[in-house]
Amino acid sequence: MGTYVPNTLPQQQDMLKEMGLSSMEDLFAHIPEEVKYQGPLDLPEGRSEMEVLAEMEDIAGKNRVFRSIFRGAGAYHHYIPAMVGHVLSNETLQTAYTPYQAEISQGVLQSIFEYQTGICELTGMDVSNASVYDGATAAAEALAMCRERKRNKALVSAAVQPGVLETIRTYCFGSGMELAVIPEKDGLTDLDALASMIDEETACVYLQHPNYYGRLEDAARAGEIIHETKAKYILGVNPLSLGILKTPAEYGADVAVGDGQPLGLPLAFGGPYLGFMASTDAMKRKLPGRIVGQTMDAEGKRGYVLTLQAREQHIRREKASSNICSNQALCALAVGVYLAAMGPEGLAEAARQCTAKAHYFAEKLEEIGFTVEQGEFFHEFVTSSAKPAADILAALEEAGILGGLPLDEHRILWCCTEMNSRKDMDEAVSILKEVV
Amino acid sequence: MLIYEKSRQGRGSSLLPACDVPDHPLPEKDLRAEAPGLPQVSEVDLSRHYTELAHKAHGVNDGFYPLGSCTMKYNPRINEKTAALPGFTGVHPLQPESTVQGCLQVLKETGEALSAITGMEAFTFQPAAGAHGEFTGLLLIMAYHQANGQTQRTKIIVPDSAHGTNPASAVMAGMSVINVDSDESGCVDVAKLRELCESEEGQEIAGLMLTNPNTAGLFDPNILEITRIIHDCGGQVYYDGANLNAVMGIARPADMGFDCVHLNLHKTFSTPHGGGGPGAGPVGCRAHLAPFLPGKTVEEKDGVLTLAKPAQSLGEMKDFYGNFLVAVKALTYIKTLGAEGILSASQNAVLNANYMMAKLRDLYDIAFDTKVCMHEFVMDLSRLLKETGVSAMDIAKGLLDHGIHPPTMYFPLTVHEALMVEPTETESRETLDWAIGVLRDLHQLAHTDPEALHQAPVTTPVRRLDEVGAARHPVLRYTREEA
Repeated sequence: MGTYVPNTLPQQQDMLKEMGLSSMEDLFAHIPEEVKYQGPLDLPEGRSEMEVLAEMEDIAGKNRVFRSIFRGAGAYHHYIPAMVGHVLSNETLQTAYTPYQAEISQGVLQSIFEYQTGICELTGMDVSNASVYDGATAAAEALAMCRERKRNKALVSAAVQPGVLETIRTYCFGSGMELAVIPEKDGLTDLDALASMIDEETACVYLQHPNYYGRLEDAARAGEIIHETKAKYILGVNPLSLGILKTPAEYGADVAVGDGQPLGLPLAFGGPYLGFMASTDAMKRKLPGRIVGQTMDAEGKRGYVLTLQAREQHIRREKASSNICSNQALCALAVGVYLAAMGPEGLAEAARQCTAKAHYFAEKLEEIGFTVEQGEFFHEFVTSSAKPAADILAALEEAGILGGLPLDEHRILWCCTEMNSRKDMDEAVSILKEVV
Repeated sequence: MLIYEKSRQGRGSSLLPACDVPDHPLPEKDLRAEAPGLPQVSEVDLSRHYTELAHKAHGVNDGFYPLGSCTMKYNPRINEKTAALPGFTGVHPLQPESTVQGCLQVLKETGEALSAITGMEAFTFQPAAGAHGEFTGLLLIMAYHQANGQTQRTKIIVPDSAHGTNPASAVMAGMSVINVDSDESGCVDVAKLRELCESEEGQEIAGLMLTNPNTAGLFDPNILEITRIIHDCGGQVYYDGANLNAVMGIARPADMGFDCVHLNLHKTFSTPHGGGGPGAGPVGCRAHLAPFLPGKTVEEKDGVLTLAKPAQSLGEMKDFYGNFLVAVKALTYIKTLGAEGILSASQNAVLNANYMMAKLRDLYDIAFDTKVCMHEFVMDLSRLLKETGVSAMDIAKGLLDHGIHPPTMYFPLTVHEALMVEPTETESRETLDWAIGVLRDLHQLAHTDPEALHQAPVTTPVRRLDEVGAARHPVLRYTREEA
């Protein structure tokens, strides 16, 4: 059996004896017999570190790691600077608890303050929280932030990531917030439909930009329509795209949300990722979750603390703005390191390369007979082909390439990032040429 | 100094190769007016910056961490190694199922192990944290009642000793909260509970949320009667797994009568807290609730693992399958310990807590004074405050100067000057004896020099911070003008 218990059996016996007890069972004597579990747990025997490592390596070996990835749809394959993994493996930062004891948690608090600053710089918004679980729960929490006594309706575009829409549905089922989906038209949110659906009872509208199909929405026009009725504008964004794209603040958003995964977090079968949430100053007291603020210590030295806690569950209980307690702090640290390692120029370069490569690849696919759905896009686009998507993707898979995500029988959602070299793209095209 | 203050125009690292395809500029109208004001620093700046931050933090590797209700046990290094295997980190969540058999095996095996430990029949790994698990479990209960036409069941009973997330989660699930007081022993007041459930209101009760052992470290001796009362009135019983570390291999939530449970992998199953997350809050349930589980669950057909949506699934709690790498770490831990090691972990967690309590109870009042506690105990410092003016906060801050992370302060709310101590099983007797000595010394210091404790801490990177000022004049980000 493996163990992390340092006390030896004689020590355990001594400790029991000092308390006047004779066995471990005596410690549990007050538990009613009827609920006591009899016999050993139905689990295998414990094993040594060497055996467990080998076993986990075997399990990991049953997965296929593709050397070339053209799939995004909410999880993106980007370069992660070596510094990110290095910082995250620091045992102190990794194993620290939530920084409630501020005097010995300045390192964690400062890293969150820096993360908040980075999110504000990216989005152009005034205030950021310390993270929520992922982009989907960030969107769902943002809807709840905007709910008012006389405004209980949310409109969500059909052109958002499906997992985000489904999560929003679940949160609305719980809260009783009314939800309506704005239809899409030619791969974009139908803004005419938005204009006819929005009313004085609409609390907020959620759009994604670039949207699920990679397309750039008319996010400015959407903002004008939304604010005419004084509803709140929530914009979901890919944070890496903000290296070059117009910010949610420039589009007039009241709340900006998204998934921080592209900023230094591995694909990891979907998590842990991180949801970021940023708002205007006017809405800061409605943000859910932890927020770090700057202050002074007893000697006038600058320091950081968790602040505005009157919003949170441990103070307000059933009146809290959300139930969130644990967040994704270590992922926020990764984002902070990533943003500092890349810097403004590095981030812009990554974003530019995403766009350049996606357009190069789209052009090549068009040349060999795919139809690329028209419109301005960032790093994802949709193709259709006469040949079934399944056949096309199977041919790529055979060559160790993860193709785009099949949307239906003939349409595929492709993604390119700085990780897709011209050589890899040309290779994929040469395979596709034979099957399309 | 902030990384932003270390920034100098023109500094940076060379991380990306030059673009090998023609540039494709997007239209000007879609581009941001100004580049984001991110730090421009060299790699050595970065390396030193985060080393400096780590020096100003306190992890489980830095010293004793008896933080009640948080189970700050040692986080084994092997867990980090397995979770960093490229076979796990390099997998896209939307890959074909045939290419993610290893990931599905992790979810399946971890689910089976947690079922063995809790007695629940099915698990979902989608919830990302304990509170997210509570929300999920309560939605399960709501979905179940609605499917049975019991739409009037919207009230949830929550004891006053519960964690704040319990009532907050209930509200998010569309429930209203009925708070019930504990009895004088710190446990559920069974008579009051029965009265409530047998009243007309009983028909509106969706269920009860309970932590057992509870937040005072007490195993409720009436647990079977409590769950029976709830079931008799048509409700469901939810187990908050925050304190599971006390009872693994000793008593299973299913055998206590619970219908669903969330577990905190970042407490009981040794995955690190990360300065506040990511955790994982998998939810398990009995068979009658399983059809309503969110997300997709793993099924096996002819030796091949597949993902399937439960028949009446309540939907998605987040995107994809939860904090997957956290499950990898938990599975690594379970494989290492095995059946005996899991039991031994709980036994030693309870032993260590009782040992500390026994060695402190002559000086510190123990709340709900019982002969034995479970994995944690609560000290009530009201008398010390009255006698010396030294509060639970002062003692906590005094501990900081000795390199000990303080116990949880002022929780549960049912105890006024509470310090909640949870040593965990991964501390040695030598560490416990030393910490007991420190706590005894501080108790004496409270009588001889209370002012010293009001001033504590004095050895930390900063002294006590002005929290009121921080909330009154919020500075929530760095702005260049300040530099």
